Amino acid sequence: MINLKINNTPVSVPEGSTILEAAETLGLKIPTLCHIKWDCFNTEHRCGSCRVCVVEVTGRPNLAPSCCTPVAEGMDVHTNTSRAIRARRTMLELLLSNHPKDCLVCSKNQECELQRLASAFNIHHIKYEGAQSEFPVDENGAAIRRDMSKCIMCRRCETACNVVQTVGVLSGVNRGFNAVVAPENFAQLTDTACTFCGQCVQACPVGALTEIGYKDEVWEQLNNPKKTVIVQTAPAVRVAIGEEFGFQAGEISTGKLVAALRRIGFAKVFDTDWSADLTIMEESTELLERIKSGENLPLLTSCCPGWVNFLEHQFPDLLHMPSTAKSPQQMFGAIAKSYYAEKIGIDPSDLIVVSIMPCLAKKYEASRPEFANDGVRDVDYVLSTRELASMIKEAGIVFDRLPDEQYDNPLGESTGAAVIFGASGGVLEAALRTVAGWLEGDKDSPIDFVAVRGLEGIKEATVTIAGIELKAAVASGLGNVRKLLERIQRGETQYHAIEVMACPGGCINGGGQPYNHGNTAILEARKDAIYRADKGLPIRKSHLNPSIVKIYEEYLGKPNSEKAHKLLHTHYHAK
Amino acid sequence: MTCCCECSKEKALDKLMRLEPEKTSELTAFIDGLPLVAGDVEKNRGFLVETLHRAQGIFGYLPVEVQQVVSERLGLTRSEIYGVISFYSYFTDKPIGRYKINVCLGTACFVKGAAKIVDELKAKLGVDEGETTADQKFFLGALRCVGSCSLAPVVMVNNRVYGNVTPDMVDQILADCED
Repeated sequence: MINLKINNTPVSVPEGSTILEAAETLGLKIPTLCHIKWDCFNTEHRCGSCRVCVVEVTGRPNLAPSCCTPVAEGMDVHTNTSRAIRARRTMLELLLSNHPKDCLVCSKNQECELQRLASAFNIHHIKYEGAQSEFPVDENGAAIRRDMSKCIMCRRCETACNVVQTVGVLSGVNRGFNAVVAPENFAQLTDTACTFCGQCVQACPVGALTEIGYKDEVWEQLNNPKKTVIVQTAPAVRVAIGEEFGFQAGEISTGKLVAALRRIGFAKVFDTDWSADLTIMEESTELLERIKSGENLPLLTSCCPGWVNFLEHQFPDLLHMPSTAKSPQQMFGAIAKSYYAEKIGIDPSDLIVVSIMPCLAKKYEASRPEFANDGVRDVDYVLSTRELASMIKEAGIVFDRLPDEQYDNPLGESTGAAVIFGASGGVLEAALRTVAGWLEGDKDSPIDFVAVRGLEGIKEATVTIAGIELKAAVASGLGNVRKLLERIQRGETQYHAIEVMACPGGCINGGGQPYNHGNTAILEARKDAIYRADKGLPIRKSHLNPSIVKIYEEYLGKPNSEKAHKLLHTHYHAK
Repeated sequence: MTCCCECSKEKALDKLMRLEPEKTSELTAFIDGLPLVAGDVEKNRGFLVETLHRAQGIFGYLPVEVQQVVSERLGLTRSEIYGVISFYSYFTDKPIGRYKINVCLGTACFVKGAAKIVDELKAKLGVDEGETTADQKFFLGALRCVGSCSLAPVVMVNNRVYGNVTPDMVDQILADCED
């Protein structure tokens, strides 16, 4: 342990700790901007570029950046001297001098960490005038918008992209005043190996990286009398959207979410959980077939479009491994525009399907050409959790005073197995519940497979179902996924099934969720809420969902039938 | 992995081999000689600048295909390599002229009228500083002191040094550049 004094208070911390960490143990919050730490994933970004966290260390002529200065025995640190505070303010003024002042019309307004600091430091006037760096906005594609004129070179997005996700698309480019974070050769994201996972957007403290929004288009369609506009909500949205309205992280607001969507004007409020149950029917059938034949193992899950992109770009030799089942979002779209449109007797082109997703890659997924028929997309618009919250505020709906309402039917009924899709491990657990139910009968087969739960990057479990020893793994965060896939390539593993999610911790930490600003306690709370929601539902196995049983009887026949294949399955391409 | 260029259709190495077989063999032989460790990004990163330096020496510039080959062989991302290329003014990803004309703009050369020589060269070549003529013959650049201040103003063309240059010498300097 290292002993030092911070603001005259003695403190002991492990060797290698930073001044910032030592100060935290005393309950002191030194302001930071470029620094971010994701505790539950053991990842820290400390590039020390912004100098907002400087403190005074007795005996050192220069101020020290506390986020990347290790503690030393006998150190005497003062965090709030007038010199340190003056320097921090100067740093902020310099950053602001080269930052657009359009906060009122910035999509990060009130979520911007630079704005918060400017407010905390009471900066009303920027004394430095001069040139501003300007870069063209990249809003090509459907998912991520890059406005690098707003970049403050904190380089958090680089850590998210290169270290956490190992996608490797972003890098610091040029030097001096022209320095900016960009893909190789200033390519647009759509021309790179970007997976659109959106972890860079979660990491960005300012408005440089945001989503491409579709609120206006959705309002337009809601007011078009010729169109019937229906909506689906992903599992992870219900445990996060409350945060946008001042609820504690981890509150389950399913009922209020449904009520809000109805008041916004959607003709029917349906649930992606319903199609998650459908996904389990198809995926579990495929898993059982592969186990029986012993061929093409392991089966990799295919719900996560960020992961599918990663696979297509970086592991083209493994394209045969994922399940061919479409993601729940796309299964919902396909069924809505066929079965449901038929049922209510309208032309699919007059039915508008909107998704509320915790994810930015879902925006890209919905725009993939294979998910359209004659130019009519299966899913027309994808809004992030944040965009929906903004629509609710825009419509003047008082979220916390809404009654709890129920989803519409037939595409709204779901099970606990579906809601756990929202957390890492959930898809695998849902599949195991159904496989166990089919093989052992539903009376005694297990429901809770707790070994696959939690936020760890790679989880492994061996379960015995009807005498078959099933080896399974779960990976979340593309860096962890890469490790696991490389083990598969080297032939070191013998798994039957692997669940893969692009975002660390799964969809609860998706790129479209309310910004967590590195507070991973929020993610823990959302995850716990997912499993509470599961426990609270009367049916917790996908194949026991009455609406799912019915659609196979009425329309699809059996899982993996020809019709099911046509509507619910897809294929992957090397990129 | 794909990139933003046409090399996604044809493997970058194959394309380079087809277009520039000798240069490509020289580059791959150089990389083969490096003590790279597969999977050790930290170690391999140490050879990046050296490799790019050699690659530019061989090819004259660093086209995307060369960046791609270096990326694959060193196990570094394309974006990181581009970051390094764009950081150092020495590296260029655009072809530069066979004759690299660099005017010294150090203090001594500057006060002795180097700016007038730059203006004359710009007018004669029809390019700006840092650009290459359309026929790929001339590149016009600037230097900060070559240590020959007694000869100021100084112009370098590839490895040849011209001293005490005046604007009316520019024609002769260009005429000396015969292919």
